[in-house]
Amino acid sequence: MIRDGISEALQLLLQRDSSVIDAAIRSLWVSALAVSLASLIGIELGLLLSRKTFPGRRSMIVLSRVGMSVPTVLIGLLCFGMLSRRGPFGSLELLYTTWAIVIGEFFLALPIVTTLSHGAFQRLDPRVVETARTLGAGPVQRTITCLRETRLALGLAVLTAFSRCFTELGIAMMVGGNMPGRTRTLTTATALETSRGEFARGVAMSLILLLIALLLALAIAMFDRSEREKSS
Amino acid sequence: MAAHFANVSRLTIVTALLFLSALLFLSAGCGPDPDASSTPQELPAAGGETAADSTSSSVIRLASTTSTRDSGLFEVLLPVFEKSHNCRVYLIAVGTGSALRLGEAGDVDVLVIHAPSAAEAFMKAGHGIRHEAVMHNSFLIVGPAADPADVVGSELTPCLKKIKDQGHKFLSRGDDSGTHMRELALWELAGGKPDGKEYLETGQGMGPTLVMADEMQAYTLVDQGTWLKQKEKLELVPIVTEGPDLLNPYSAIVINPKKSKAINSKLAAAFVDFLISDEAQKLIDGYKVNGQKLFHADRLNAEIVE
Repeated sequence: MIRDGISEALQLLLQRDSSVIDAAIRSLWVSALAVSLASLIGIELGLLLSRKTFPGRRSMIVLSRVGMSVPTVLIGLLCFGMLSRRGPFGSLELLYTTWAIVIGEFFLALPIVTTLSHGAFQRLDPRVVETARTLGAGPVQRTITCLRETRLALGLAVLTAFSRCFTELGIAMMVGGNMPGRTRTLTTATALETSRGEFARGVAMSLILLLIALLLALAIAMFDRSEREKSS
Repeated sequence: MAAHFANVSRLTIVTALLFLSALLFLSAGCGPDPDASSTPQELPAAGGETAADSTSSSVIRLASTTSTRDSGLFEVLLPVFEKSHNCRVYLIAVGTGSALRLGEAGDVDVLVIHAPSAAEAFMKAGHGIRHEAVMHNSFLIVGPAADPADVVGSELTPCLKKIKDQGHKFLSRGDDSGTHMRELALWELAGGKPDGKEYLETGQGMGPTLVMADEMQAYTLVDQGTWLKQKEKLELVPIVTEGPDLLNPYSAIVINPKKSKAINSKLAAAFVDFLISDEAQKLIDGYKVNGQKLFHADRLNAEIVE
């Protein structure tokens, strides 16, 4: 079956099977968009949680850590409830569109980015910020210093969130609807092939997904290497 | 520089090793050819003379469609059989396509499915050794209460034609399930399925597809069991409920024991005997959900149909 899956994956890629490419591109841009939005807010939150003290800070940190374990099916269910015709945002008619998946995956990615970036900022030597301050850096410049000093950890936080979104099934299935050419992603396609009994094709879909993940990991590794070369 | 190269190649090697071991693990878990059953654990002997009454042989694996599992019928039937035969029945609820593949590979002992033509092809290919009709209910077309296509109460074929010609939304399962196969056959009768973008495939089970039809105000084909279970929560209404082409027969297949040494053919046959026995047939016929009868037993009068 695995052997069949590998050859099937190669065939699908070589023939540029339009339905597979379509699903792969959708998977990529949906999770990239969701993670970008989540990073904009999540890194901000992580910085806030590590550098400011305010009431409710500790509970926010705990909440964000617990949020990393929320099953995707539950996020899917909650989004469904919100976007359903009978739900509070039903009139937007977003259910069963790619935007619904983006919204769901945003909530999947947000706690991951927040928790991991918070951790990165906490591990940052406090003297870095102090030095920047004594050198006359304003609040914006100090923030930029913080971001620059933690960029590798932040990159990993974003990558972790991306892998989670890219490979999740529950949200895409429930609020996307797995409609071919509209909302079908690599993971929902894999689930469908499995339920069809087309196991080799299911394995092939997942292998294509893994291949994309591998390329991303390699890109990150190369980025890391060139950064370290620059700093040494 | 050299150090970096060393780092990268080590990373590559580790990644490659992880990948390989994952593949090995996977392929060990589900080897394709049945004759390569060199798995270390003792496989239960296939209903052979030597199998005696060892506990390991008193398990059968039943692959069935999700619609039957969702109906809750097996929760009534299986305990009775398990008690009388002192065995366990593992129920694997999957789509019909998947169930047939599991049977073909010899990964299960017995099937209960609702796809007559696929079942016949399965028997013809020699994958099964016995095929028995068990019960039936029917399919129905459901749609939005507003009925934009104005098809409530019409005949099946004109109804489908109207939905197609007027370009109303119709949801297809699109998953090779028994219901999907039937839907495609019904479209054939109506002169081919719609090809516009109002004909949408969900690639999901019956339950989720009904929810999607409800949300999108679309028409769809549904089996009676799933419909009766879910209709309270939906705003959809029955559109076409009668017609010979809407009959939904369920049958049981005993898998050919030559497929795999692990197949417990004797117990599988006993299970099918049980399904068509008076006892089980009465349970099936009397099974109700919310006061509604879900299945009609086929063999209640115990006449043997071939």
